[in-house]
Amino acid sequence: MFDAEKWGLVWTHRQTFIDGTISTLLMALFGLALAMAIGIVVGLMATSHTKPLRAIARVYVEIIQNTPVMLQALFLFYAVTFAGVKGFSALICGIIALGIYHGAYISEVIRTGIQSVPKGQSEAAYSQGFGQIATMAYIVLPQTIKIILPPMVNQVVNLIKNTSCMFLAGGAVDLISRTNAFAVGEGTGSAAGQGYIIGGVIFFVICFPLSMLASRWEKKLKARDVATVTVRKKPDDVTDAELDMIISGKGGES
Amino acid sequence: MGKDSKMIRLEDVHKSFGDLEVLKGINLHVKEGEKLVIIGPSGSGKSTLIRCMNYLEEPTSGKVYVHNHLMSRKRRAFINKIHSSMVFQQFNLYPHLTVLENLTLAPMKLKKISKAEAEQTAMTYLKRVGLEEKANVYPTTLSGGQQQRIAIARALTMQNRVIFFDEPTSALDPEMVQEVLDVMIELSHEKNFTMVVVTHEMGFAREVADRIVFVDGGRILEEGTPEHFFTNPENERTKAFLSKIIR
Repeated sequence: MFDAEKWGLVWTHRQTFIDGTISTLLMALFGLALAMAIGIVVGLMATSHTKPLRAIARVYVEIIQNTPVMLQALFLFYAVTFAGVKGFSALICGIIALGIYHGAYISEVIRTGIQSVPKGQSEAAYSQGFGQIATMAYIVLPQTIKIILPPMVNQVVNLIKNTSCMFLAGGAVDLISRTNAFAVGEGTGSAAGQGYIIGGVIFFVICFPLSMLASRWEKKLKARDVATVTVRKKPDDVTDAELDMIISGKGGES
Repeated sequence: MGKDSKMIRLEDVHKSFGDLEVLKGINLHVKEGEKLVIIGPSGSGKSTLIRCMNYLEEPTSGKVYVHNHLMSRKRRAFINKIHSSMVFQQFNLYPHLTVLENLTLAPMKLKKISKAEAEQTAMTYLKRVGLEEKANVYPTTLSGGQQQRIAIARALTMQNRVIFFDEPTSALDPEMVQEVLDVMIELSHEKNFTMVVVTHEMGFAREVADRIVFVDGGRILEEGTPEHFFTNPENERTKAFLSKIIR
């Protein structure tokens, strides 16, 4: 484990890990964009008044959530490749597969978020003359953020980790594939343990701050409610700057 | 006055929820500037009736006209924007916005009024309900009575001529009912405002109403002036209801 020679091997092949990390991040980034787009559309469909839209959303979510992402990725990759589509790389396959898979989960997060906002909120908006889209945009969705943020970040973290499914579907470009290639490689296989540790550390370094960020943001949003109570008691004594301090959690103690 | 004096017109409005028919053929006209109070026992359909007027409930059959515009699901947003506002039993202020933002959101987004102007109008109405010092707090920090007064101010900022009140004092603690009623009574002095109020507050009805409508079992059973209602009701069920509610 503390064999300098083996860690030296990892260092020599560092470009392998860097390339893998870049591929994985690219896949995650575009996969997330696609998943968000799908998630918002399907989540809105699932809360619509139109029955067929709700049915389509339900079927999509159930199929995706009840089959393994690995199988979906394999199916996508081989179906499209055998259909003779040129230029369908493992990276693009990963983006689409992860987008579709996590889109289903994100749509459920958004659906439950929307449904947690009391009906009276959208009724108030309709009574003022807001249409359905404006009501969503100005009234309902802003109120869901606090609720959906933690599960949403969980989805992002899972999505990043699920890039590992591309190992079998196309493979060779993402961090897991590269790490494994290193670990089973002829010249590098002796440092397999070190290689896997480095792969894991990279994943951790990417995912851990995300989780931290989410919990801090959540705390900050909750602190705003507390801050307003303070303002209510002494409306004239609290300046905007002080309020910002309270909201950001920096003030209060001293 | 001609046709235009009919601000709200309901023609043979039926509304069912599943197998349950809540409104069984309502015909009702509300004149411009009229203060109409709708009373009735719980479950009578009175809330559904007022919610049909701004299409928060879409009638199963029948027609709703607001200022001679035929209501439909598609036209609801447009018609509500220019003609009516509503005050709810549960206040329904937007908790993610400050009081001032609650009052300026719709005028800015829907009527394209500048922020400065919208805020000025909002402050005028906040002053009118006696809560201008609460402009920058969030609604959840306020008492029920204060929230409902803010909700009335929010309804006023759209400067529409019809305001619907759907049991505005029913969710309030008893000691806060009067502060809300006072605001509503003050509003009722304005000749231009058309007010439709679903309420159990008989004192308010007697003081403010031009006309009272008694609803039970999804039908209008009796209508008339407050004098008629409180001294000389004709329908047996009206009598029974009033004898229970007035002690």
